[in-house]
Parts: sequence; structure tokens; C-alpha cells
Amino acid sequence: MTEPIISIRDLSVAYDGHQVLDHVNLDIQRNEILVLLGGSGSGKSTTLRHIIGLERPDSGTILVRGVDINRCSPAELRKIRRSVGVAFQDAALFNSLSTEENVGLPMRELTTLAEPVIEIMTYMKLAVVGLADAGKLLPYELSGGMKKRAAVARAIALDPEILVFDEPSAGLDPIVSAELDNLILLLKRAGQMTILVVTHEIASAFRIADRIAMLDKGSLIAVGDKESFKASTDPRIRQFLDPVPGPITESAAVQEHLRELAGLTGVVR
Amino acid sequence: MNAFEDLGSVVIQQFAYVGGLTGQFWSGVLALPRMLPITGKRGRWQSALRQMAAIGVAALPMIGIMALCAGFILALQGAAELRRFGALRYVIDLVAIGFTRELGPLLTAIVVSGRSGSAFSAEIGTMMVTNEIDALRTMALDPIEFVLAPKFLGALIMVPCLTVMCNVFGIAAGAGFMYLSTKMTLGVYVRYVFDSIVLRDVFSGLVKSVAFATIIVHVGCMEGFKVRGGPEAVGRATTSAVVKSTFLVILADLFFTAIFYLTGWSS
Repeated sequence: MTEPIISIRDLSVAYDGHQVLDHVNLDIQRNEILVLLGGSGSGKSTTLRHIIGLERPDSGTILVRGVDINRCSPAELRKIRRSVGVAFQDAALFNSLSTEENVGLPMRELTTLAEPVIEIMTYMKLAVVGLADAGKLLPYELSGGMKKRAAVARAIALDPEILVFDEPSAGLDPIVSAELDNLILLLKRAGQMTILVVTHEIASAFRIADRIAMLDKGSLIAVGDKESFKASTDPRIRQFLDPVPGPITESAAVQEHLRELAGLTGVVR
Repeated sequence: MNAFEDLGSVVIQQFAYVGGLTGQFWSGVLALPRMLPITGKRGRWQSALRQMAAIGVAALPMIGIMALCAGFILALQGAAELRRFGALRYVIDLVAIGFTRELGPLLTAIVVSGRSGSAFSAEIGTMMVTNEIDALRTMALDPIEFVLAPKFLGALIMVPCLTVMCNVFGIAAGAGFMYLSTKMTLGVYVRYVFDSIVLRDVFSGLVKSVAFATIIVHVGCMEGFKVRGGPEAVGRATTSAVVKSTFLVILADLFFTAIFYLTGWSS
């Protein structure tokens, strides 16, 4: 197997004494789509923020293209960041800029391309995500799905080697969500990109993933292909695949509180 | 022991705040050359021009009205006392020197802090909440250069300009008062004004205005960058930006006035 493009070793993070990530180890291979699954509070967004260098871990290393992003020079970090495109959950488009200005921004800021070339490339990126006619619109004039696609167009503006999606399906209806999944597959095929998707949408994960990794309470509990994931007998994975009420609704304290609210305190079951 | 711990914690927090401001200030200074036309990065100068319009041009009517009112109030208050000594003419000195050295820079700073300092923290705070600052960082773009530096350059240019205009409006209010109370003509008033003030009075006011501009921009932006959480955090940052920058402006005013007094600049 070739050297992974992203390699996480013993990543541990704690906030205010609460362990959010606990010795996470994960390799992401070139040209694969790895979906990082997990429920709310599992640590998947924290993992993503560390992979893209927005936060520094308490311990552990993150190698991107063989470079430790927490110990490299600022110049090396800038170089790494140029090779990683990020599509944030809420798109994070700049509200004061039009859609095409948002998409053209990385090219204007980080390259010496002439303005006409940037305009053509911006149009092409917008066309890839199906927003060729929406370039002049401001972000508030776009629908939720259009915003996410515009964020993807901006993320691929510099043809990155690695593309990262944070909850791409969140807040979208199933049809738009499926369209976005198709776009992710298209990008992988056309751009030879390595794609990391952080999500809790199991259907979306099975549509796009080459491999799936699952986090639970800050620990990586499984990494494998879709088939092995579906066949898993781990109760935590089974609960995610066949959603049944979890510990929150089964808690005795919650049941007791609900009985109190219903005026049933003391009633013998 | 707890009181000492609390005091120590507050002192450490304040030192950390000042340290953060200092670091941000130097990053902003280093980014300024990239804002300049021709030699700077493309698009930055236009961004600085937009900030100049927002900080300066849009604030001019409010500065003008406030300076006219403050100038008239100063003349009225001064006249009430000076009239008893038959020294009504010295109202002109009071207004002219008072505005060029003190009131002009201070009034301008308070208006800019309320209008633009709060806007800076709200804008950057919202960008923090919506991950726009994170997006900049992941695109290898420096938020200091992209967001703060155009505001910094805009304020460094426009706050002194507004201060000069504030001086003009304040002194004009004095002219109105002198005409109403003694029928003094504008030509005579202007001659007395130029007799009472010297260039270093104006210059000392402009030095203060540059310092005030720096404080307002950096406190406003820092409060914005510190925002974590949701919209209520943006509201808190906005309030905090105005309170802290107004407090620091007055502290800096005291510092500069004391320096000018001790070095004989204001004699």
C-alpha cells in the first residue's frame, strides 16, 4: 500500500478536562473517499478541524502529504493549506462578495493569474457545480443547496489534492442531498482527488464512501469498507445502522423526569 | 487567599489582553504595505477605500453636528464665567485651543468608536460565527491582512481627517456664538483664532487622533476575533468593543496630554 496522504497518529484532544478525542489513529489513502461517521458529540468535527489545521492537538501527530502540520513552518503550512479545499457545513461564503467573487477569491489572492483567466476559471468551477448562471448572486440570494455547491466551487478553485466536506447533507432535502453526493463522486473521478467527508447521514455515507471510519465518544471504533461496515456486529455500529433509541431516551433519570411531568410519580409500574 | 488569587487572575487576564492587542497591532502594521496602491496586493487598496468611506465620509454629518453643538456649549459655558471679568474675547481662545488640542480628537474618537469600532467587532464576530474566518485560514489567507489591515489603513487616514473637520465645525460654532453675543464678524473671529492657536496645537491633536484610530480598530477587531458561540456572543463583543475602546481612548488621551504638558508641547 502506498503512503497515506493523511496520517493521524494518537490524536488526543481535551476541552476543559473533557476528553473529546482519545488516541485516534487513521490513515486516508490517495484518491479515496473516506467518510468519517459518528453521532453528535462523537468528535468528528473536532477531528476535521485538526486535520485542516484550525486547531492544535494536546498530543499526537497529523501528517498531510508527509508533513506534520503542527510542527511545520508557516510557509509549509500555507503550502499544505493550498492543497486542501474545505467545504464548510454552513458554506462560510463571504456575505459581502458575490458568488463568483467568492469562488474567484483563492485564485485572486494566491495566484498571479490574469483577471480574464480567473473569470474563465471561475465560470468553469461554477459550471461544474451547476451554478454557472448564479455567479452574480449574493450568498443571501442562494438556497441552502446552492450555497453548499458554491462552497464546493470555492473549495475546488485551486484544484486541491484533498477535498474536505463538513456535513455536506446537513439541512438539505433528500433530493438535493443526493445531488451533492453525485457531485462528490464526480469530483473524485474527474479531479483525482482524495475526499474526506464528515457526516452522520448513513445513506449518504453508503452512496459515496470507499471506506468508512466511525467515531464514538472520541474513539475510533471501526475503519473499513462498506460491506464490512454493514456486516459489523458491534452494537454501537448496529445502533447507528438500524437506528433505535439510545442511552439518552433509555436513561432511568429521563424516564423518571417524564413520569414526574406526567404526574405519575410514585405509580408502580 | 482567594482575593489574592482573584486579583492575580484579573491581572494575568489584563496582561494577556494587552499582549494580544500588541501582537495584533504589529501584525497589522506589517500588513499595511500590502494595502497600498500599486505596490500592494490587488484588490486591497479598493477594500481600504471602502473602509475609508465607511469610517470617514459616512461619519462626517454626525461629527459635524456633534462638533457644532459641543463648540456652542463650550462657548456658552466659557462666556458665563469670562463675561464677569470682561474677557469675553477669550472664549475664542478657549474654543480654538480646546478643540484643536482636546475636544476635536476626543469627540471624533468617541463617534468613530461608537459607529465603526462596534461595526468592526460585529462584522468580524459574525464572520467567526459563520466560519468565514476559518474559511480564510484554510485558504491560506491571513485574516489580519484580509480583514483587519484595510480597516486599520482606513482609520489611520480618516480619523485625523475627521478630527480636522471636527475642529473646523467646533471653531465655527464659536464664530456663531461670538456673532450672536458681540456681533463679531467672521473675518475678525478667524484672525483671533489664528492668533490663539499655533501649528503644534493642531499637530498634537492629530498625533492623538492617530493613536485613537489605532486603539479603536484593534480593540474592535480583537473583540470580534474573540467571539465564540452564537449571535448573543456577537452582541456582547460589540458592547465590549465600544466600552473598552472608549476607556482606552481616554486613558491614551491622558497619557499624551501629560507627555505634551511635561515636554512643553502644550505651553
